[in-house]
Amino acid sequence: MNTPRKDPKTQTGQDERKHWLYRSENLPKLWLIQIVILVLALLPEFFIHHHAHIEQSGFTLDTSFGFFAWYGFIACTGMVALAKILGIFLKRKDTYYDE
Amino acid sequence: MMSEFAFPPGLIMVLGAMLIPLLGERQRLFALLGLPVLTLGAVWGLPADASVQLAFLDYTLEPVRSTAEGRLFATVFAIMAFAGGLYAHRQATTTELTAAFVYAGSAIGVTFAGDLLTLFVFWEVMALGSTVVVWSGGTQTAYRAGIRYLLIHLLGGVVLMVGIVAHAIDTGSLNFTAMQPESLGTWLILFGFLVNAGAPPLSAWIPDAYPEASPSGTVFLSAFTTKTAVFALLVGFPGADILVPIGLYMVFYGIIYALLENDMRRILAYSIVNQVGFMVAAIGIGTSIALNGAAAHAFAHIIYKALLLMSAGSVLLMTGKRKCTDLGGLFQSMPITATHGIIGALSISAFPFTSGFVTKSLETQAAANEGMLLVWLLLLAASAGVFLHAGIKFPWFVFFQKDSGLRPPEAPANLRLAMWLFSFLCLAIGIYPQPLYAILPYPIDYQPYTVDHLVTQFQVLLFAGFAFFIMLKQMRRTLTISLDFDWFYRKFFNEIGNEFTGRTSIARGIQEQKAVAAIGRVIDKLYRHHGPQGILARAWPTGSMVIWVAVMLGLSLVLYYI
Repeated sequence: MNTPRKDPKTQTGQDERKHWLYRSENLPKLWLIQIVILVLALLPEFFIHHHAHIEQSGFTLDTSFGFFAWYGFIACTGMVALAKILGIFLKRKDTYYDE
Repeated sequence: MMSEFAFPPGLIMVLGAMLIPLLGERQRLFALLGLPVLTLGAVWGLPADASVQLAFLDYTLEPVRSTAEGRLFATVFAIMAFAGGLYAHRQATTTELTAAFVYAGSAIGVTFAGDLLTLFVFWEVMALGSTVVVWSGGTQTAYRAGIRYLLIHLLGGVVLMVGIVAHAIDTGSLNFTAMQPESLGTWLILFGFLVNAGAPPLSAWIPDAYPEASPSGTVFLSAFTTKTAVFALLVGFPGADILVPIGLYMVFYGIIYALLENDMRRILAYSIVNQVGFMVAAIGIGTSIALNGAAAHAFAHIIYKALLLMSAGSVLLMTGKRKCTDLGGLFQSMPITATHGIIGALSISAFPFTSGFVTKSLETQAAANEGMLLVWLLLLAASAGVFLHAGIKFPWFVFFQKDSGLRPPEAPANLRLAMWLFSFLCLAIGIYPQPLYAILPYPIDYQPYTVDHLVTQFQVLLFAGFAFFIMLKQMRRTLTISLDFDWFYRKFFNEIGNEFTGRTSIARGIQEQKAVAAIGRVIDKLYRHHGPQGILARAWPTGSMVIWVAVMLGLSLVLYYI
């Protein structure tokens, strides 16, 4: 997730220890914390029943298990992918407009 | 208070700003904080139905009309000016502070405009004030961006004015009230409003100009122009169907471009378009809960967007760097700035217990109430996208990601104080929204804190965050910008212009050569005939003349004989 890059320009001095967020041995722990949080967010699905947000449309997918979780996830991956594709055509060097 | 003497609350700051250059540093801070407080007092001191009317030609002007919408927007504008003044007073130039207060005051002037002409006048003063704020960035880039910014707003202003004239001729009135885009006049007015809202195709002026201003200048800029446009749309075009697709386009435009962007303040500028898109779509839905949602969202948005830009401005001020590729790891030496940035980021993402949660949900709820399934699904996806492009991306790339090795100290005290104030408001509104709900334009019966809402919102946001970290490699920052509509006026027409100049100058050169050659030939001919050696300039011997006379006489004799 956040592999630290050893930058030779780093002017922090040798004696300063890397913050624990940047130590590679903590990386699995960070992922674990995230997974735990996600599972916690899904737990209430077993206890509550969602009512349809738009009843008159006959759309009931939003009452199914974890709809908001996977919809949020898919929407975001979709948008990142779309940005990636558009980026192929739209990206220019940031000196593009400089004369 | 007698309504005849109601003083336009906006003028307090516009006129008060003229004092700022004359004051010493201590009195200046006093003015920067006092003028917004005074304005706030004037806004709420006006009776709820206060109105000042003036006759102008055949029309009635209403420079002051107190409405619920106007009071709401004026309140948040005044709060913004207060915190902005606090944030800016140490490092901003006098020019910037003066311009910013004229700008803020005229935005408040718009919110009290009862007629279209008053609205237009304040609208244009805003354009001028904000341009000076952009220029106060002090760089050549800021100067050029300011010129482009001004041109776009003058264009929008001209269209708005033409629309107002056409509308006044159609209806015989300048009254600023709810309209539908159905005549030429109303369409042009709508266009004029939408230019300031950052609607397509002219959205690029926001990420082009705002991030070129000074750290504090961008904070001021983020608040007034687009939100005044939201106010104007809210009063002028509630329920105009066209606003729904326009708003949705802006929502996704903001997300996609922010995802591609590398400059931290440009990320936040794109996210302004995204947020205003939510409001524009809600205004298009047009029910009372939707309009309440747009107004409440605008209120909350001004505060958390300013907070985000204050935190970005602090980073810029302390490091001199603005690109994500140069930043990272700053949470270690600027933990307070990072915390404020994260609170702003959570608020914009509508995390529970922040101001975004209790305001933006009104808009999605409005779409659900109207049975607009597609709109609701898109707004839901966009809510996840907001967390993606602003909620995580901004704090992650600025304060975390790789360790850039930069160890700047915390921002100065006045910057931190302004951030504390706005962080407090973000959380206070989120935890206790009732005071905000009470001043919304329509009566409201909405409970944001239900189990269902909390659970679904947490799921959407946390899994959006999960998507972010899974796709982190895909989002590696590059030293790039993204082409937008401004390419047409910055590159395309420029290149066409250059091409035209090049070609016409060649053509002119050829024509010139031809003309010079032609004149040369005439001169040569004249010289040949009349010059010293010319046949017409030669001296003729008498003998030859006598011969020619004899020949002619002989010829006439012959002719006569025949």
